[in-house]
Amino acid sequence: MIIRYFAWIRERLNRDEQQLELPDNVKTVQDVLNHLRAIDEDFAFVLPPETVFRAALDDELVELDTPLGSAKELSIFPPMTGG
Amino acid sequence: MMGISVTIQAEIFDAGDLVNQFTRDMPEAGAVATFTGLVRSKPEQPIKALILEHHPTMAQKQIERFAQEAVDKFDLLAIQVVHRFGEMKVGEPIVQVMAASSHRQAAFDGANYVMDWLKTDAPFWKKEVGADGAHWVEARDKDEAAKNKWTK
Repeated sequence: MIIRYFAWIRERLNRDEQQLELPDNVKTVQDVLNHLRAIDEDFAFVLPPETVFRAALDDELVELDTPLGSAKELSIFPPMTGG
Repeated sequence: MMGISVTIQAEIFDAGDLVNQFTRDMPEAGAVATFTGLVRSKPEQPIKALILEHHPTMAQKQIERFAQEAVDKFDLLAIQVVHRFGEMKVGEPIVQVMAASSHRQAAFDGANYVMDWLKTDAPFWKKEVGADGAHWVEARDKDEAAKNKWTK
């Protein structure tokens, strides 16, 4: 799966995106975040569990308990401030 | 123009030119409501520029969705949204929503509906560049409340 980052999350992680092989027990958006926190110190530091952020699977806004299904891309970003 | 048009671009636009083009060849339209969002600078915290980051594919889909919902909900004749990204100066336009309908209330409501949803659910992020550096703008609870007044 491709994980994409935006705005201050992208800046603080110092990466736009990454390719990630997911173990079988990673089934929801929340599972991906927990997995990344476990394997990546920078990620755990920048996005601790209390962080307010939003997520999208293949361009659709989703809740954190949403199953990944066949999605190819997960985007992680702060609350939006357009307009 | 009839139907729905959504454009996401870096280039500056002329607010008046856009609305004149929009209303051309629309004989049934009795009303057009136009909202233009501008880059603003507060006297107590002046900024030099605004940088807008976005998620291109998702932004296009989300705004098209809100525009379609507005057309269906308020029976609009047409709606057009232009949203910019990248760096812009104080006073420049960021976004413009134009809604056309037979009568005024639907046009007002249509433009308002799209803006309320766009503020909280379209993937754009503002970064203000001031004398003391750049910082990301935080989302406002007020915007979330404004969106929640609409029932889908």
